[in-house]
Amino acid sequence: MTDLQIKTDMSQAAAPSMGALANKLEVRNLDFFYGDSKALKSINLGLAINTVTAFIGPSGCGKSTLLRILNRMYDLYPGQRATGEVLLDGQNLLDPKLDLNLLRARVGMVFQKPTPFPMTIYENIAFGIKLYENLSKSELDGRVENALRGAALWNEVKDKLNASGLSLSGGQQQRLCIARTVAIQPEVILFDEPCSALDPISTAKVEELIDELKEKYTIAIVTHNMQQAARVSEFTAFMYLGELIEFGQTTKLFTSPEKRQTQDYITGRFG
Amino acid sequence: MNALYSARARKDKIVRVLCFSAAAFGLTWLALILFTLFSKGLAGLSPEVFTQMTPPPGSKTGGLANAIYGSVMMTIIGVGIGTPIGLFAGTYLAEYGRHEKLSFYVRFINDILLSAPSIVIGLFIYGAVVVPMGGFSAFAGSLALAVIVIPVVVRTTEDMLLLVPNQLREAASALGLPRSLVIRRIAYTAAKTGIITGILLATARVAGETAPLLFTALSNQFWNVNLMKTMANLPVTINNFVQSPYEYWRQLAWTGALLITLAVLALNVFARLLGAERKQK
Repeated sequence: MTDLQIKTDMSQAAAPSMGALANKLEVRNLDFFYGDSKALKSINLGLAINTVTAFIGPSGCGKSTLLRILNRMYDLYPGQRATGEVLLDGQNLLDPKLDLNLLRARVGMVFQKPTPFPMTIYENIAFGIKLYENLSKSELDGRVENALRGAALWNEVKDKLNASGLSLSGGQQQRLCIARTVAIQPEVILFDEPCSALDPISTAKVEELIDELKEKYTIAIVTHNMQQAARVSEFTAFMYLGELIEFGQTTKLFTSPEKRQTQDYITGRFG
Repeated sequence: MNALYSARARKDKIVRVLCFSAAAFGLTWLALILFTLFSKGLAGLSPEVFTQMTPPPGSKTGGLANAIYGSVMMTIIGVGIGTPIGLFAGTYLAEYGRHEKLSFYVRFINDILLSAPSIVIGLFIYGAVVVPMGGFSAFAGSLALAVIVIPVVVRTTEDMLLLVPNQLREAASALGLPRSLVIRRIAYTAAKTGIITGILLATARVAGETAPLLFTALSNQFWNVNLMKTMANLPVTINNFVQSPYEYWRQLAWTGALLITLAVLALNVFARLLGAERKQK
């Protein structure tokens, strides 16, 4: 892809001005450690409400690490710790006393590889809902249908809701995982390279979906694919060696980056 | 042809012949054992085997009914006691204790227990249960079998849970599931057939154990359902009968051996079928 193509793509995206939007999530002076090694170095950024923010950078730069802090996923493993502040609607989610399960219900996550649960398609969606709400069968049916429609999967699976979630194709499985995340009505959705295991057609469907989802949710996406970042996001953060090198509107970052390293990366000179 | 290549081809042929002969050697003995077992065992197979009690010395009638009942009972109770303990310990190793030092020791001890001679386990239960309780009992026999079941189930449970991709656990946690539900609803579901296969194989393993019962349940010539008394069982009965001077006893021993083999075979086939079903999913 040439610079020219990027510009054409970008000119179609509406360019919100950065200051005008309220931040749903704010990261302040965030450091992160795997044992003794420092993986993130004083990160500061905000995720504007109802927008898509992309994290790009070479492998090992810390972008997935950053994403996994936003729902405290790192807490599953010993020896990993974060210092600084991550504010969700002003509440610090690094607070050790915070209820992680409630946090994760507010901040959903979709992973690199599709991870349907070993149960039926219907149960894959209903399972999460039933954790938080006591619904009648018909209400639950409605919620499952809405979630599947929301993930553009309903028409493909409505006749086989009792089939195993594992029987779906990779792209369908990934949309099932998105439906599952959407079903519990989070406020923020984190995508960790959601398309890297998918073919181009499935990728296009997921990207289209992300574009629709931002009307309701605040979205962060980690991607290795710069065209994808350019296509789906309003804001882009470029990270390198655990540092946030440049953060700004996607249009600007891809067309006239301020930092030399950003320019080198997006033009493919390293990384 | 290149000398290097033909040398390699020659080596390949030699190793292939060695592998084939080794397999043939092993299978020959297995076939001979099965042939002898079937020809001698089938000769004594009759309805009486399942309806009559083990015969007194010199008798020309009698069956294995009490021994079959005893074997089934003690196996079920042994597996019943050993399975939950094994499941919980395996779950600890794979889920909660993954990063704990304690798991290292638990795993190490479990491996020793896994390969401990069953006669040692029999002696242990003899000292720990039979002597204090003042006599041999089916209950002590079941406990000995349970001690054999535990390490097998611990190992399979841990192995099968470790096969569940971590991403699945992360995905479940990301939905806000508490740890206990992640294990119960996601990890167990994903590992279910593997764990059940392991329990079936453990059952097959203890069904034929003789040594642990020799010092615990002993044997009994009569029908007994009281777990606190000695109870007949197939392995010990075979052991006793096969050494006897009575033709009829030796015949019953062969038939009993055939019954155990068939039961173990059935359990193994069932376990395999379950495993195959899992792979298809």
